[in-house]
Amino acid sequence: MTKLIKWLAQGLLYALFALTIGTLSGWPRYRHLAPDQALIRVSLSHEGKRESACRRRSPEELAKLAPNMRTALDCPRRRSPVTVAVDIDGKPAFSRVATPSGLSGDGASNVYQRFALHAGQHRLAVRLKDDVNSVGFDYQREATVDLKPGQVLVIDFDAEKGGITLR
Amino acid sequence: MNSPHPSRSIGTLACQRIDHVFDAAFGPAGNPLRHLGALGFLFLWLIVASGLYLYAAFDTSVTGAYRSVAWLSHEQWYLGGVLRSLHRYAADAFIAVTLLHLLREFLLGRYSGFRRYSWLTGVPLLWFAYASGIVGFWLGWDRLAQFSALATAEWLDRLPLVATPLTRNFMSNAAVSDRLFSLFIFVHIGVPLLLLFGLWFHIRRISRAEVFPEPALAAGALVALLALALVLPVTSQGPADLSRAPGLLALDWLYLFIHPLMYAGSPGALWALVLGATLFLLALPALPRPAAPSAVVHPDACSGCRRCADDCPYAAIAMVPHPDRPGRELARVDADLCAGCGICTGSCPSSTPFRSGRALVTGIDMPQLPLAQLRRSLDEKLAATSGDGSIVLFGCDCGPRVDSLAGADVASLSLICTGMLPPSFVEYALRIGAEGVLVSGCRAGGCAFRLGNRWTEERLHGAREPQLRAGVERDRLRLAWADRGEENALARALAEFRTTLAAAAAAAPLRRISVRD
Repeated sequence: MTKLIKWLAQGLLYALFALTIGTLSGWPRYRHLAPDQALIRVSLSHEGKRESACRRRSPEELAKLAPNMRTALDCPRRRSPVTVAVDIDGKPAFSRVATPSGLSGDGASNVYQRFALHAGQHRLAVRLKDDVNSVGFDYQREATVDLKPGQVLVIDFDAEKGGITLR
Repeated sequence: MNSPHPSRSIGTLACQRIDHVFDAAFGPAGNPLRHLGALGFLFLWLIVASGLYLYAAFDTSVTGAYRSVAWLSHEQWYLGGVLRSLHRYAADAFIAVTLLHLLREFLLGRYSGFRRYSWLTGVPLLWFAYASGIVGFWLGWDRLAQFSALATAEWLDRLPLVATPLTRNFMSNAAVSDRLFSLFIFVHIGVPLLLLFGLWFHIRRISRAEVFPEPALAAGALVALLALALVLPVTSQGPADLSRAPGLLALDWLYLFIHPLMYAGSPGALWALVLGATLFLLALPALPRPAAPSAVVHPDACSGCRRCADDCPYAAIAMVPHPDRPGRELARVDADLCAGCGICTGSCPSSTPFRSGRALVTGIDMPQLPLAQLRRSLDEKLAATSGDGSIVLFGCDCGPRVDSLAGADVASLSLICTGMLPPSFVEYALRIGAEGVLVSGCRAGGCAFRLGNRWTEERLHGAREPQLRAGVERDRLRLAWADRGEENALARALAEFRTTLAAAAAAAPLRRISVRD
């Protein structure tokens, strides 16, 4: 191979290398969500109620404990699991029971789910239960939302704002 | 003569085919495929250099991140914009050559035995490379950054790593804080530091590791990336807005392919895939493979000259105090690191066939092909040739099959690696009757033991100890490098050498008087 051809071949291979890098750095384009779709994210981090209430220890129970452990009240740390259910346009879309985090089960229960749906008007019903001792759901919220294409609606829980939030 | 000629895998043959295409353009020594590791280092240095400037201009705040990066591309395109593009494309090139390097070493079967350490220290570096690279995309805080950050958070949240899900940080624009960008910067700079540290371990057991490609190759790669940066500058894809899902994205598939992969399946499936792939790669060295016998040191013949330690391609030889000779050193071979290539035998000044002792014992020798056996084979094979005009052909078990070229006037000897050949054997062959000596082995840069053909060439050209003595006629020596399967090319070199020797002999019939004469 003559020197000129070698130079040309090298140039061609370097160009091919640059072309490969340039192409893979942005092509083919990727569309995560169809143009006519919107996204709902259910994102909750909520601490359920304590599974059992505090109770007073009897004198016999206290006597069995080490002196430095003799607290009058026995308060189990474990929290209730949090149940979340979402209906869209009257049909169940999502339901999950999230166990509390932490080794003792005393942390927050975390829920995350994303689902795409067609943009437009939808009727949402969100229910949340955070107490094993209660009957039925503790929080409920229903709303009609008008989702634009590409819009993201986040379903969250904020006790200070009255419970289930849609934003 | 031991000439195992190990069977070669489809992977090896495929690599060789592709190598030869690139060899034709770049030459064997400058072939980028033979220097993928060095190219990786080059791109890493380029990332660091361009990153320093970008960091100086970067604003680590939610509102400032996008603005400062976009400013570089639009207001200062001639410097900041070019450096941003170079930074990105160098990162892409880095991961591309890293993956090719991994694939190549896998296909060549270079993951077990003495290469186990380099393999095992190299695999985790992929995680560092991807971690720092992916976080780098988030710094510009555009729609691509938003998509990648949230997808990564969804993936990480699949494992119970943190009490509060990472996705909570990206649920609204208000949830993203300035401190998050300080964390991004910390990861983007901190993880590459770990990567560099890991790279130091990765090349720890390779002597003379190539951490910078040869100038022509480096210049070509840099010019290619610079041209790409000028022709196709990297730009931001609109500011992040967490209340809206990103639309059509120009995704960097070299780094961010894991996101579409996850959405095609699930975060759990992606974890299973990447952990499975990592475990597969880490388990490869455990596959049973025959190990070559390691070099053996003969303390009585070792002078402690250190040449074997200097020449060993895998840092398998250390010098320790000689047990019997105070003040002297002795070579010690670490069997776990020894490739069994015999390059140390070729470097030993005691490896001379002219030694008059009853048994030929050298300072460091190979059990599978002791030097005494090599001399005996040379004597026998040369004696069996027709006499006048005989050529001794030295080759190696990894290069072209020299046995196939043996003939009436050719005595062929296959060594473990050509680097095992002590230069004094060339002189010895000429003295005992050979008309010429042809030394062969793998193509430049393609030695199965990294440095065999390089050391051989330097020794025979007098640039490295032990040297071929100055008195040896250089026109009776020829080097011809070729890969396995290129026996025809070697045959042509042999024929041409034979013609040259015959012409020289005809011109000066009395100048060569051998022992056999």
